[in-house]
Amino acid sequence: MGWFKNKKPWLAAIFLLLAVFVPFFASQYHAYLMLSFFAYGVVLLGLNLLFGYTGLVSFGHALFVGIGAYTAAFFTYKFSIMSMELIIVTAMIIAAVVAALIGMICIRYVKIYFAMLTLAFGMLFYSFLLKTYYITGGDEGMRVLRPALLGFGLAEVPHMEFLTRIYYYYALAILVIATLIMRRIVSSHFGLCIKAVRDNPEKAEFLGIGVKRYRWYSFVLSAIYAATGGALLAPVVGQVDPGLAYWTHSGDLVFMVLLGGFANFFGPMVGAFVFIYLRDTVMSIIPYWRIIFGAILAFIVIVAPGGLMGIGGLLHRWSHLWTQLKPASGGKTV
Amino acid sequence: MILQATDIHRYYGEFCALDGVSFGTNEGEFVSIIGPNGAGKTTLINVLTGLLKPDGGKVFFKEKEITGLGPERLSKMGLVRSFQLVNIFPELTVQECIEVAIISRLGKGTRFYSSLDRDDEVHHQALGVARLFGLEDKRDVLAKNLPQGDKKLLDVASAYALHPEVILLDEPTSGVSTSDKNKIMETLVSASREIGVKCIIQVEHDMDIVFAYSDRIIALHQGKILADGTPEEIRKDEEVVCTVVGEKECFKTFEMIVGRKS
Repeated sequence: MGWFKNKKPWLAAIFLLLAVFVPFFASQYHAYLMLSFFAYGVVLLGLNLLFGYTGLVSFGHALFVGIGAYTAAFFTYKFSIMSMELIIVTAMIIAAVVAALIGMICIRYVKIYFAMLTLAFGMLFYSFLLKTYYITGGDEGMRVLRPALLGFGLAEVPHMEFLTRIYYYYALAILVIATLIMRRIVSSHFGLCIKAVRDNPEKAEFLGIGVKRYRWYSFVLSAIYAATGGALLAPVVGQVDPGLAYWTHSGDLVFMVLLGGFANFFGPMVGAFVFIYLRDTVMSIIPYWRIIFGAILAFIVIVAPGGLMGIGGLLHRWSHLWTQLKPASGGKTV
Repeated sequence: MILQATDIHRYYGEFCALDGVSFGTNEGEFVSIIGPNGAGKTTLINVLTGLLKPDGGKVFFKEKEITGLGPERLSKMGLVRSFQLVNIFPELTVQECIEVAIISRLGKGTRFYSSLDRDDEVHHQALGVARLFGLEDKRDVLAKNLPQGDKKLLDVASAYALHPEVILLDEPTSGVSTSDKNKIMETLVSASREIGVKCIIQVEHDMDIVFAYSDRIIALHQGKILADGTPEEIRKDEEVVCTVVGEKECFKTFEMIVGRKS
């Protein structure tokens, strides 16, 4: 229960309460945007296990989001299997197997080499989706039909109402469960070991922690989360295409983590929330939203490397510095 | 013999850092490896602890060949080390730094879903180690915020938390103020007794420390063993003294240093 004292969970509780009531007091459009946030929130919980807790930056995580989304498309559109639970579990298993295999290669490297290798595998998967059009639909992608939730088909419910009322709570519940599980993982014995690996891999190895093995575990777990998020995202977008696995999508995921702050458990989720709403706002004003986002990223890296969740600490340090300087300058004038 | 090295060779390109080093250590020994800079002391420690693979020769631990085995496996077998430069987990608290080692020793690292907060076994053992090293009151301090002496102690404490049979200490008092050096050494010796460490091997430049605590001294020079004996034997060996101190009128200088301890 220590984290309840330290991490201000009441903020998360208030946010959860607000999220529960969004379909009642906000427009369908906002509820629809929140759906993307729920899906990305799950993806980023996993990505931050790798980034913030293990110290590995993946530029290919869209691969696993793609696996989740395409699993949903294949199941609903090609195989007429509508069970969302089955889709999610299958996506998790496929992502775990793929991550286990490519992870064995990637985790041998760190820093830019790890990032480039994950990017390379991501691009391989993107090319596979693009070129095998007779299976995947190529650049046109594939439709995602309405899934059945907990065994209920809900075919009679209008589409937007299904998404913003029923699927909304389903996705929110998945996000809450995923958050609680991830919170438990990072607070576990394993969680402490990966933090040690992040901080000082050499020392960790000398304390008997198999650094590569722990990085691999972390990689596989983060892929499972990404695929779950991808599967959740698919019914929201309604049509999956190779762009979901493209490297710019991986870049967006890293951006969200940096925007919210990778040093904080909830940081990436805050990043996802701000990213989705900011992109929506900026896109409605100018089409070149990436220019604005590039400037924001540069600002964060230079001024607030702790992201939005680190701004509080940054302001505290600045105010502390200011109070220290103030009497000194006052002394001079006197 | 608990740890034995036979005919160890190690090259860095053309440079021969270790040239046929052979020695063995027994249970209950406190062995100091001394020598001037570049003698091959740290390379020897790195080879013994699996950080470097030797180009020739073999290393045995409890009669088992361990040449080239990585640090992870060696630490599980009971052979651990500390580092010359402080080697800690800067973003973890003192308690967490020690807990990492305990989790590793207890084989609990792959508990993905069990709450560490509720693991009394790990907490109590970590508390015990922190108490042993005088870090009890600083358990919640981030390792990076500790004073240098405490960082050094924490580095060693985390190694001791593995309950090793043999511990290799690479300059355990380097970068520490003179007043703290003896405190650290006393702590190390008493912690070793408490935990049941069978053999300590240290690399050390401070001759006060070397002659005060060692049962046996091995002097290295240019990758070879120059002398291997008790402090009394080494003290009488003028060649070793001159090589280690490395100054004009070295013997007098050395006499001044070690004379205080005799």
